[in-house]
Amino acid sequence: MYYVPISREERAKMLESVGCSIDKLYAHIPEELKLKHENIKYLGEKGLSEKELLDYFKAAADLNITVDEYDSYLGAGYYDHYVPTPIKHIIGRQEFLTSYTPYQQEISQGTLQATFEWQTYITRLTGMDVANSSMYDGATAVAEAALMALRDKKKANKVWLSAGLHPQYIETVETYLASQGLEYEVGELNAEGQSYDSFPTGKDYAAFIVQSPNFYGVVEDLEILAEKAHAQGALAVAVCDPIAMTLLKTPGEAGCDIACGEAQALGGGLNYGGPSLGYLCCTDKLVRKMPGRICGQTTDEDGNYAYVLTLQAREQHIRRERATSNICTAQALLATGATIYMALMGRDGMREIAWQCADKARYLQEQLLDTGLFEPLYSGPFFREFALKAKDGLDLEQLNEKLLEQGIIGGPVLENNVWLLAVTEKKDQAAMDNFVATVKKLAKKED
Amino acid sequence: MIIDDKKLIFELPETGGRRQYIPEGERLTKDLEAWYGQDKMRDELDFPNLSEIQVIRHYTNLSAKNYGVENGPYPLGSCTMKYNPKVNEDVTAMPKFAGLHPMQPCPTVQGTLKVMHDHELALCDLTGMDRFTFQPAAGAHGELTGILLIHAYHLDKGDEKRKYMLIPDSAHGTNPASAVMAGFKVREVKSNPSGEVDIEDLKAKLDDEVAGMMLTNPNTLGIFDPNTAEIAKLVHEAGGLMYYDGANLNPIMMHVRPGDMGYDVVHLNVHKTLSTPHGGGGPGAGPVGCKEFLAPYLPYPVLTEEDGQYYWDYDRPKSYGRVRSFYGPIAVYLRSHAFMLANGVEGLADAAEAAVANANYLYYSLKDLYDTSSDNPVMHEFVFSGDRQAKQGCTTMDLAKRMIDYGIHPPTVYFPLTVHEAMMVEPTDTETKEGLDKIVHTFKEIAKEVETNPELLHEAPHHTPVRRPDEVKAAKDLVLKYTK
Repeated sequence: MYYVPISREERAKMLESVGCSIDKLYAHIPEELKLKHENIKYLGEKGLSEKELLDYFKAAADLNITVDEYDSYLGAGYYDHYVPTPIKHIIGRQEFLTSYTPYQQEISQGTLQATFEWQTYITRLTGMDVANSSMYDGATAVAEAALMALRDKKKANKVWLSAGLHPQYIETVETYLASQGLEYEVGELNAEGQSYDSFPTGKDYAAFIVQSPNFYGVVEDLEILAEKAHAQGALAVAVCDPIAMTLLKTPGEAGCDIACGEAQALGGGLNYGGPSLGYLCCTDKLVRKMPGRICGQTTDEDGNYAYVLTLQAREQHIRRERATSNICTAQALLATGATIYMALMGRDGMREIAWQCADKARYLQEQLLDTGLFEPLYSGPFFREFALKAKDGLDLEQLNEKLLEQGIIGGPVLENNVWLLAVTEKKDQAAMDNFVATVKKLAKKED
Repeated sequence: MIIDDKKLIFELPETGGRRQYIPEGERLTKDLEAWYGQDKMRDELDFPNLSEIQVIRHYTNLSAKNYGVENGPYPLGSCTMKYNPKVNEDVTAMPKFAGLHPMQPCPTVQGTLKVMHDHELALCDLTGMDRFTFQPAAGAHGELTGILLIHAYHLDKGDEKRKYMLIPDSAHGTNPASAVMAGFKVREVKSNPSGEVDIEDLKAKLDDEVAGMMLTNPNTLGIFDPNTAEIAKLVHEAGGLMYYDGANLNPIMMHVRPGDMGYDVVHLNVHKTLSTPHGGGGPGAGPVGCKEFLAPYLPYPVLTEEDGQYYWDYDRPKSYGRVRSFYGPIAVYLRSHAFMLANGVEGLADAAEAAVANANYLYYSLKDLYDTSSDNPVMHEFVFSGDRQAKQGCTTMDLAKRMIDYGIHPPTVYFPLTVHEAMMVEPTDTETKEGLDKIVHTFKEIAKEVETNPELLHEAPHHTPVRRPDEVKAAKDLVLKYTK
């Protein structure tokens, strides 16, 4: 099943008509470099028909069990929110789906205006001055924010990371910094699950980076972050969840300099973790230090409003090795999808989702604590996710295995026998009550 | 019919009739706001409440202001704007693939892991590499990931003095930017007018401080560098490694493999070569492959198979770390794997040849009308200089804008930087004969208009929603969001 519309015979004739020969096309490539077909190990010589292709994928898909088939309590940076049906229909339109980065503005106003709207939505959500067009994911957004801070605070050579930052974000920051000889330190969380007791002193830090809600679900105090970071001459970087920000004090209100994170929750679906959608916002003051593409409004020759990629002098295709980042492709289509999500939900829909997440997570935590099998890891208020310590030698890995046999996917087990559980607006009370009852039953049998 | 919708979503009138996407429920707990503390709550959320039809119309009308691959010819050089097969969209949207959470236990995601494992084998076949990581989210991310492999390799050998990455002056801007992000300094290597590496200059730049060299082949001018094996030999003899930038892999698929040309690391742009949609600027995917001796340094986790069971291996003591969260843009790879299976070896080789044939058809049809930078045979793309037309008062930008009037997407302009008034043309393997002839006709007519009616070019494009937005103003008076 080939997608090439012109046959080889037609190509030969076509080339002949302009004085070129099909036999010449690869003649200048040294013979000894050409592919030896015995070196092909997997791929078949012939392609599959569309029917065979779908059969292959359906057979593979049947080996998967989805979170809609089982009752899942997974989160840890990726959340199973409801995705309204219109989104796929709009971002599935070929005009959004198949076009390239909008270099020719006249025939890309669709993508450009959608990007401008994304930037507006995400700044309203975060309370920050400006946003870029998107990042690869939450982890790289945090890593790029760290590099951005280090560019801004030239005398500093390290960043401080909260222990409540997603472990994979810390690992990604490490990778991005290590090869450039830059450093980082990780603090500790207090009994409430807050970062602020371990903020460092000294002028060697380009940024303090705190996630809220943090990896354990605890809502962090961003005002203290901004105050303490600024007191040490560092930038305050808040890594925030887009759903939680519809209720809670925003990084902008708290006085932070950079806000970034993962925006998959905005109608992006799960897709086994990718592609994901990073976002990055900052103050006006820092805009020229930002990585990634930025869309701006201007006017055209006839005085109409028009949208263009702007501040390109920061970017790799102009500045090469002096660019703010190597990033060019980001996640335009997913940012458009998230924009449509926010437009469909509106302020009332967004806030209702957030309240339901908070309410249901709190309900589930209370119910699980009532079993007497657990105690909270941290005492502070949380959003959508919480961590429990198992009491009396209850083995959580074993419990998860038994739950799986009952069609329930428990949360990941962290170090020291800690269980991280998340629920979204999709979870109903009956499922949670069944989950708690099953946990009780299975824990008892273990004794 | 002309749709003239100039409003932003924030300018639409609010409405009371709204859809309900999730069930409303009574709260299960009490006094949530007090639990967080009144002083921890945000101000009003300034999002408009709109009805579904308002939102759908708005974005449908916006989409009409874009030009996609399905509208017509899209010969945007170096971007490989080939057709994105419909069946791939259906595959990736299958609920049994889309509904997986990345933290699920491996036994519950065996189908996806099997496909990814198969895809790794297919990518190894295509490139001549031994292992792949799927983490990189895009081509430039792949470059960083791959260059970090070279960094980790030398460090593990205790060879800490290798601080330089060799990069040809004609390279894409991401190459030097990625090398710097990976902690290297850039040493530029000259290329001749055909974009081939200047071997004498390469020899002069090689020493024991060189960590490796980044190359595309065919190069940025669309020319296959015949010295590729010698270049690899020289760099290897100096103790450096060879990095293959897969931006231009399309014309050599299943004809020549980077692994057989002496490259040690490669990244692919699956949104170019393997037909996944560009999405107006992402999501892409930039898988990185390497030879076996570099596999220990790959980002963790690495996909592994044992007795027919697939799992993620985190026990990688020499791994340099991760470059993102979770495993990579899985939904993109479902598409690229579908593309490879649908083609098979024969289909991929044929697609490569079609890409080359189509570019040569355009090149031979037009080379007398525009300046060319080289007499070498071209592969999947070629670069014209608009110098001749510029001397007559029409810049490459004028030419490009006039092409929009003719209903084709302009080529890439002003790249590579080594060619004046550059126009980089890449028709791809899926362009039709009538599409190719439309491109030829457009270039010919415009060459005539430069002489007969240059005003037409200066004022182009004539029929688009906006015309030549003021970029200087955009950068000077920054407006990056809507305010009332």
